[in-house]
Amino acid sequence: MPFIEVNHVSKTYGDRTVVNDLSFDVNGGEIFGLIGPNGAGKTTTIRIMMDLIKPDSGDVLILGQRLGEATKNDIGYLPEERGLYLNLTVVESLTYFASLKRMEAHRAATRADELLARVDLLPHKQKKIKELSRGMGQFVQFLVTIIHEPRVIILDEPFANLDPVNTELIKDMVFELRNQGTAIILSTHRMNEVEELCDRILMINEGRTVLYGDLAEIKSRYRSNSVLLEHEGELGEVSGVIRRQDHDGRTELFLDSETTPQQVLAQLLGQGVTVNRFEVATPPLHDIFLQVVGERQ
Amino acid sequence: MNKTLLIFRHEFFNLIRRKGFIIWLVAFPVIGFSAIGIYMIVQGIGTGDRDLPVIGYVDEFGGFGEYTVQGELIFIPFNSQEEATDAMLIEDIDEFFVIPEDYLVQGVVYRYVLEKELDVPGETRSAMISFLQSNLLEGQINPEITERVKSPMLLASVRLDESGNIAEDQGGVAAFVVPTIFAFLLVMAIGSSSGYLLQGLGEEKENRVMEVLLSSVSPQQLLTGKVLGLGAGGLLQVLVWLGSLVILTQLASNVVGGVLEGLQVSGSMLILGIVYFILGYLLFAVIQAGMGAVGANAKDSQQMVVALMLPAVLPLYIFIFFLRDNPDHVVGTVLTLIPITAPMSVFVRLGLSEIPLWELLVGIGLMIAGIIGSLLLVSKAFRIFLLMYGKTPSPREIIRYLRES
Repeated sequence: MPFIEVNHVSKTYGDRTVVNDLSFDVNGGEIFGLIGPNGAGKTTTIRIMMDLIKPDSGDVLILGQRLGEATKNDIGYLPEERGLYLNLTVVESLTYFASLKRMEAHRAATRADELLARVDLLPHKQKKIKELSRGMGQFVQFLVTIIHEPRVIILDEPFANLDPVNTELIKDMVFELRNQGTAIILSTHRMNEVEELCDRILMINEGRTVLYGDLAEIKSRYRSNSVLLEHEGELGEVSGVIRRQDHDGRTELFLDSETTPQQVLAQLLGQGVTVNRFEVATPPLHDIFLQVVGERQ
Repeated sequence: MNKTLLIFRHEFFNLIRRKGFIIWLVAFPVIGFSAIGIYMIVQGIGTGDRDLPVIGYVDEFGGFGEYTVQGELIFIPFNSQEEATDAMLIEDIDEFFVIPEDYLVQGVVYRYVLEKELDVPGETRSAMISFLQSNLLEGQINPEITERVKSPMLLASVRLDESGNIAEDQGGVAAFVVPTIFAFLLVMAIGSSSGYLLQGLGEEKENRVMEVLLSSVSPQQLLTGKVLGLGAGGLLQVLVWLGSLVILTQLASNVVGGVLEGLQVSGSMLILGIVYFILGYLLFAVIQAGMGAVGANAKDSQQMVVALMLPAVLPLYIFIFFLRDNPDHVVGTVLTLIPITAPMSVFVRLGLSEIPLWELLVGIGLMIAGIIGSLLLVSKAFRIFLLMYGKTPSPREIIRYLRES
């Protein structure tokens, strides 16, 4: 059973349809990318999943249950607009929000210490939120999201304004949670983050589904039959290559429809070229998005 | 624990730990007790070691030889103004007055002193008047009549109840003072504790905590927990103030006396106080919560609240300036029934007259209806506006959003 099922959800404000007949599901143990440009309807979709906004039509099931107070306790939500009580201490913030998710007080206190130790914030547990640096505050916000051990986690632009070190630490924790069986939705407009983290994606634009499915399969579907090559020595004539393009020390070879990458590699080796790297090129998601939206328009 | 209860506890303890709340809580009792303490000290200075002036007089008119003892003051006769002046210069007397020959025609009496003074001390003036009256009427009429002329009336006004018996509540200044103070305390408590609600909501919107909160609790749970938590803080404030008021009125009645004699807080006043506090607070808190939800920040919301607090305080002025002699006028009744003006109106009217039971019951009923209606509307506003950031919507936009939802 999918952990999240969104069925034909629509939401309209005035004469503007923000979410238009959206359907998707997310399984436990996967990171699901909800992607699209700013204003595509991602945040509205998430707010509908969090029962913050009622959809005009369609429904959402979380762990097989209709949205309600019980489903809120199963979800950890990191909103795009972040905030904590500035006058509460770190540990008060963690335990208060955990208690609102019905986590027992003693367990919340233990778990808060565990998480703070994990991110080296234990010495700061009695500091007020307003005394923390911006980066530390972001971490505490992330810990608030996961402290109650939710089975579903929704992260809206989780890496915005984070430095590279903290970004990597949170990515590691996200992978850990995924490996423990949690269903994670990652909403972002940064396609590179999705390519790095996600197993499956839903790409939306103007509230509608543009692409939906397995990330690798989508990239494969849109690949342009080219290979990326890093080599030493002069490249001779390679049959089946219709065009070459050099970028950043690499050469991209575009193949005709009859030629396979294996045939090209064999030719290069036959020519005595030293091949340091050879990979089947896949287009970045950003390019796929532009291509798909362009085709539809 | 229930989520509403968790929010209640969080809000209550956060409120009572605030410095501003603690200062506000103790300010009234401290000021009240200090005022009475200062009064007692000043009275002690004024009466304890006071030296009574020794007063001389010169009777040039003739016939002012009797009644020289007036209360604690004694008038010492001198034969001439020079003699009296010499006595004053060598400090045998502190002052003297002269009754000139043409006193009967002119009515002028000359008083001579060495010290600079703002005005003639009241005690001296009264004693001199009594001395002159008594001597003028001596032998003319019966001494008892003389005394009655000097003090023609000690007015005792008695209020009877509907059955013709002496009423328990006799009215007067004292009866007006307590309800009016009570009304002020009530409005201040409503204003301050529901103000905390507004400020809290504004901060939660500004700090973007709102979305995190609403991902865990429903808007109704948030609204109820906040209103009750901060309301409990406000109730604590009012209970401390009321307790102080009971003690202060007893002290004032015993120590100060005069118009404050008979100052007391009746049981029915206390019960009505609690009932109107709870209802008034709930109504204002819910409406202010709506304003907090709609306003983009605490500052915008505060401005909206000013418009709300005006009608709450207005009845005090209407009753004092226009309805003091006729508090049961139809305007007074209407103000007692309108939920927003009811708390202040009830207390001011209680000081001026009795409010018919039906008015109290209908008024309380309307307040409860107002609270329920506001709750429904504000819950809707919570859903729509709590997650809207940026600009505060105009009244037209608010109505449009509410209709569309």
